This record gives sequence, C-alpha cells and structure tokens, in this order.
Amino acid sequence: MSNSTPKDDVLLDIKGLKIQGFSDERWHDIVKGVDLKLCRGQIMGLIGESGAGKSTLGLAAMGYTQPGCRIIGGSIHFDGVDLAQLPDKQKRDYWGNRMTYVAQSAAASFNPAHRLIEQTTRSTIRFGIKDKSSAYQDAFELYDALNLPEPETIGDRYPHQVSGGQLQRVMTAMAMSPRPDLIIFDEPTTALDVTTQVEVLSSMRTIVETFNTAAIYITHDLAVVAQMADVIKVLRYGEEVEEASTRDMLKSPKADYTKSLWSVRALQKQEQKPTASILSLKGVDAAYGSAKVLHKVDIEVPKGSTVAVVGESGSGKSTTARVITGLLPQTAGTVVFDGIELPKALADRTKEQKRRIQMIYQMADTAMNPRQTVRDIIGRPLEFYLGMQGREKANRVLELLEMIELEGSFLERLPSELSGGQKQRICIARALAAAPDFIICDEVTSALDQIVQEGILTLLLRLQKELGLTYLFITHDISTVKAIADQVVVMNQGLVVEQGSKTAVFKPPFPDYTELLLSSVPEMDPDWLTKLSAKRKRERN
Amino acid sequence: MIDKSETYSATGEVGAAIEKRTIWSRFILDFKKSPYTARFGLIVVSLYIFVALFAPWLAPYGESQVFPAPYEPWSEKFVFGTDQIGRDILSRLIYGARNTVGIAVATTFLSFLIGGALGLAAAINQSWLDQLLSRSVDVLMAIPSLIFALVLLSIFGTNVVNLVIIIAVLDSTRVFRLTRAVAINVVVMDYVEAARLRGEGIGWIMRREILPNILPPLIAEFGLRFCFVFLTIAALSFLGVGIQPPTADWGSMVRENASLIQFAQYDIKAGLTPLLPAAAIALLTVAVNFVVDWFLHKTSGLRDEQ
Repeated sequence: MSNSTPKDDVLLDIKGLKIQGFSDERWHDIVKGVDLKLCRGQIMGLIGESGAGKSTLGLAAMGYTQPGCRIIGGSIHFDGVDLAQLPDKQKRDYWGNRMTYVAQSAAASFNPAHRLIEQTTRSTIRFGIKDKSSAYQDAFELYDALNLPEPETIGDRYPHQVSGGQLQRVMTAMAMSPRPDLIIFDEPTTALDVTTQVEVLSSMRTIVETFNTAAIYITHDLAVVAQMADVIKVLRYGEEVEEASTRDMLKSPKADYTKSLWSVRALQKQEQKPTASILSLKGVDAAYGSAKVLHKVDIEVPKGSTVAVVGESGSGKSTTARVITGLLPQTAGTVVFDGIELPKALADRTKEQKRRIQMIYQMADTAMNPRQTVRDIIGRPLEFYLGMQGREKANRVLELLEMIELEGSFLERLPSELSGGQKQRICIARALAAAPDFIICDEVTSALDQIVQEGILTLLLRLQKELGLTYLFITHDISTVKAIADQVVVMNQGLVVEQGSKTAVFKPPFPDYTELLLSSVPEMDPDWLTKLSAKRKRERN
Repeated sequence: MIDKSETYSATGEVGAAIEKRTIWSRFILDFKKSPYTARFGLIVVSLYIFVALFAPWLAPYGESQVFPAPYEPWSEKFVFGTDQIGRDILSRLIYGARNTVGIAVATTFLSFLIGGALGLAAAINQSWLDQLLSRSVDVLMAIPSLIFALVLLSIFGTNVVNLVIIIAVLDSTRVFRLTRAVAINVVVMDYVEAARLRGEGIGWIMRREILPNILPPLIAEFGLRFCFVFLTIAALSFLGVGIQPPTADWGSMVRENASLIQFAQYDIKAGLTPLLPAAAIALLTVAVNFVVDWFLHKTSGLRDEQ
C-alpha cells in the first residue's frame, strides 16, 4: 500500500498474451490477448469470476502453463527475458528462485512426509542462495514476522500438525525464503475462515512490504483485494475489463461489469417481524461417537422467515442441520416441527415429514448425481413424493425450471454441462419439487462467484415471497447474512452465542465472539485492514 | 477493453456448449482414435462371438460326429485332422468357442451379479453386514481357488451348472472387494445423502445413484475377470473335472490330444494340433486385455501431456 519506494522500475511486462486450453476435443481460448505491467515492489490484484482466466494468467506470469494449456501468442518479459520463448529447463532456474507461488489450498500443496522447515528452505538451499544454517535462521525470522507461534520450533512439525491458517502462512514463508522478485498469490485465503483470513492477510501484507517484493494477488473477493493491492485489474472471459489504482477503482469504477461486481454487496433484505415458530430446537445435544459437538442448542425458526446460522468451521452449524434432517439423531433435547415432535432417526420419520423439510448443499457438484440428467434430478422428487407421472410430471419439471429462471433446453443436460450457478439452481429446483415448507441452505453460495451469488440470493428471496418458504441459512459470510436474513443465530464451539433479529444482533454492544466475527469481515475500504490491525494491537497491549 | 451487456441472466452464464452425440457415433469416433492394439482386440473378440453364434453353419461336421479314422493327419477332408476317437478337430474348435466362451461369459455375469450386489450392499450398510460379508470373503480368498474348486466339484459332482456356480461364487469374492472399494467413495457423496434424506430405498440407491458412477472400473474388471474365469475353466477341463465329453471344449481338447506333441519331430502338423485350442485361448485372452486396457485408459480421465 505504501508509496514510499519508487515504482517505475518495470519487473514484469506481459504483452498481448494468448493462452488456449484443450477440452472436448478442441482448443478454447482462455486468455485472449492481455497486457500486464508490474513494477518492483508493486502488488497487483487480479479479480474476476471463475473462468475469467485469472489463475491461468497468474501462472503464465511465471512462464508456466498447466498441462493441457499452451501459449499461442504474446510475450512475457521478466526482468528483460522473454519467458514465453525460454525452454523449460532454463525457466526452472527462475521458479522457486526469483519467482515463487502461493497456492490456494496449502493442505494439498505440502508434502505430508517432510517437516515444514525442510520444505520452507528447500529451494533456497538448492539454488545455493543460502547455506542450510543461515536458511534455517532466516526461516525462523520469517515465521516470526508472519506471527506464527513458537517460530523456532514450529518448523519441526509436519503439515498435518498445524492449522490451515498457519499452514498458509508457512507457505508464504516458503515463497519468501529465496527472497524472490515476484510472488504469485493464487486465492490464498479463500479456504480460510474470516477470523483466520484477517490474520493471514495482514501478515502477508507486512512481509511483502518489508522486502519490497512485487506480487500478483488473485482472488474473487473484492474486499480482500482492496486490502492487498496497489493496482486492480478486472478480468472477464479472458479479457481485461479495466485497470486502475485501488483507490480510484473503489471510488469510481468505470466499466459496467465492474460496477455490477461492486453492487453485489449492497443487497439487503427488509427484516420481517417474527411470527409463530415452524421449527424449534430445545436443549439439543449431539455427538459424533464420543466427541460432543452440540451443547444445549435452542433455536426458534419463525414461519415464513429466514434464520441465518453464523459461525466459523467447527462451530456446529452443519451438525445442527444434520440433527434437523435426522441424519444424526440427537443425544438429548427435542426437535419440534409444526407443532409435532420429529422422531430422532430419519428411518422413523414419515414420508410426509421428509417431504416438508428439504436441503440444499454447499457443493452443487457433489449434490447431483453426475450420471443423471436435469430431467431425472428434478423429476424424481415429483414422482417419489407426489406420485406424478408422464405428462403431468414433464409439465411440472418445466414449471420448476421456469421458476429458477432456466429454460426447457436444460432438460437433457448432465450436471457437468452446467455452470456453478446453474448447478445450484437445479439443486434449488429439486428441493422445490417436493413442495416443502422448510429448506435448509447449507453454505449454498460460498462456492460461487459474487455476481452468481447475488443471482442465487435474489432467487431465494423471490421464492420465499412467492411460496411462503422458511429458510435455515447456514453461512460464515456476514454480507450474505445481511442480504437474506430476518433472524440471526451466532454459534461458536457447539454453543449458541447470540440469537435474535438481524438488527438486534448487528447492533453493538456485542458479546466477545460476535464482535470478533463481525470485525473480521473485510470491508471495501483500502485502509480497513491497517485500522483493524492497529486497533487489535492496541487492545492487546 | 470489452463492454458487454451486463444484465444478468442465469441461462446466459458461460457453460461450454456440448454437442449431443448418439452412442453409436461416439463409438465410431472413439474407434477412429483408438490404438492399433485396441482395434485388433475388438476385431478378434467380434470374430470369436461370430464363430460362437454361427457354429452349426460354420463347422464342416457335427460336434461329436465320429469318423472311423482316429488321429487322421491334416488333409482336404479334415483340415486339422481328427482326434483320438476320430472327431474332426476343426469342427470341435468351432463348437468349443460356443461352449467355452459361452460358459465363461455366463460364469462372469453370475459372479458380477453376486459380488456386485453384495459389494454395494456392504458399502451402503458399512456396519454389521459389511463386517460379516467382508470377513467371509477374506476366508474364501484365503483358500487357493483352483484347489477349492476341485474339492467342491468332487463333492457336488461335475456338471456344467455346478461348474458355473462354483467358479462364479469363488470369483465373486474379487468382484465384491472391488465393488465395495469403489462404491465406498461414492456412498459419501452428497447426492447419495440427498437420496437418503428423500427416503429412497436401498434398491434405488444401489441401482440408480451408485451403480452408474462405478460402472467404468467394473466393466474393466469384467474383461479381466472373464479371462481368469476362462482360464480356470480351461484348467479344470484339462484336469478332467471341467466340461465333460462329448461336449467340445478347448481345455479338454488340449488334454486329449496332448500326447500328439511328441510326434512333432516326425510331422510338425501333428505336433501343432494340441496347440491349436491352446492358441485359441491365448488369442482371446490377449484380445480381451487389449480392449480392457484401452477402455481403462479412456475412462481414467488422464489428459495426455503434449
């Protein structure tokens, strides 16, 4: 963020880059002639929805393409050398030396068989930048700078012995160890909880600034990129939409597409007055084997409203959903649905009870059978619960498709032939097919891009209004809560921390945990992270 | 810079338009790109099937038609000569395709029916039923299958039905293991949970939700299992407890004419006669494996790097 160092020294200069990928037996354009200029010490944010070509472009900045991709035009000048023309053997002298990469999933990127310190310093030692003892010493200092606990000994652990957020920071240390000129961050915080994300972001930014390293930060989260980048480049369909400095971009985005990205966060639902409960959990305890995960959970869900359950992973949100659906019978307490106590186990519930409670999953990919067409997926609940056959069923499937804003041409498609947002819509249609009263939405938007998220949320709101549905909306994203909820339940470690109407919960004073959760949500203000870090530091001292 | 209309529509979301193809045109397309080994395998397999289906029309003589001329050399009248009691070798080779291949196919189908169904049930249940079946299978697999088959055949008597059932049961242990292993990965998917939440029965979950998703490895295994079953039947026939005379069968044909091999130093053709059924077995085994290899490669989803 700081503008103290002169930034006219161009480090990376990409001109007219074109990359193709091979699928379905032909070559498709992924990146269609993008220019990119990055100076030493500058951080550029690349944003765009999935399929925009941002990861491909990020990797291409290192002269690398994934298997099945090829560079067909343009140049990639790194410090005066055109990487696009260089053979792999020579490019390898740059990789892990002068340019490094931080991947999205740290857990999948570390070798589980080696200690962290060995992996952190490996390329530094291999390229002879430092000898073993000084590389280790330097790693300790990096760990310390990244706020990792016990910097002297954490390196002796194996990847599975540290948390996800810590692992992501170790990966940053690994990328920083050879003191590269350029680091590519590929969605490094997407897989993390908000509370962890803040810590990782601020330590990443500090260290990049300390060593004046140039970086490309790839993400689809605007608020995150606002904290990290000096310059933002927006990509769509493999082409550049616009590029501007972070402050200018936030203040006055020019292209319509960029404006539409910005507007997503503005979605807000008018809160409804609570009515009679359709579902209530009273003193529910639940356990996986001997590990108790829910402690005396009480939740009231008013009819026709949306109750958002908020908390980080491991807080018991999804377990609550499993208890309600009957997949995990509770060990104590009751679940009352529409005045009648539900049997604990799924097998003891009537078909009618099963029909009235439907569920929509986080990963639409795995929630649909890849071998069934849209017609089969939506048609089955109609046939199963309502006994529809033939023409009646076919008509109803078409009606449902229309409800979710898709056309009849989708009937014969398989899930693999749909985009992420379309898949989630089909899952919604499948839930609607059962004509339910109550739908559990388990993180239904968290795997989607912002603009697609908005579409899904608007659809859910419209359906609620038209059909009088009740939602239990599980999420960790506060802006989603603001967009859709009437009531909010905050959970932490299997306990309900706070519960009430949206305005009541989001109005100070907060209980400690709610405060931490709310203050960790990135805002669209480039100074937000700086202010927050300073505030938290003050409070600690 | 691009400037496209930004009104959002779900239908308009980017999704690769995939051309619809019929199964047949897909097959033709795949066949054109297939390696030579796979084409060879496909041609050989279809040839065997053709011979097996049309044996009565192709064979010059009847299956067990005896001529008063045992051990006749190769000639115009008997292309590959006659056997120890004067039956035409060529005709018996052709009928053998029908019996040996037919029984092997039936046995493999039966073993997949048993092993597949139990494997799926075990994967879905994952508690007492899984334990019971898996441990029983372990016990069965601990006994060498050829010896076990010999023991069972001598207890129950040697006929085609017993042969098919015994080999199918013994072989289904391997199918059980594979099915259970691949099905366990599918059982944990959300769409299976969704089907359970809907209240679907175990039959539907097995047939409609899981089976279509584990079919590729099962089909590949089917090809390999077929070869093993085929070889087991041939081995049992060679030992004299398999398919019984006068039914023509390649395994027993090798045994019956094995002694001819010692005349190879006088008449090379006589020496080759017992090798003909053996070669028929070997050729089919190799061909089936070529096809299976190709299929495995095609469905493994590995993208070849350029």
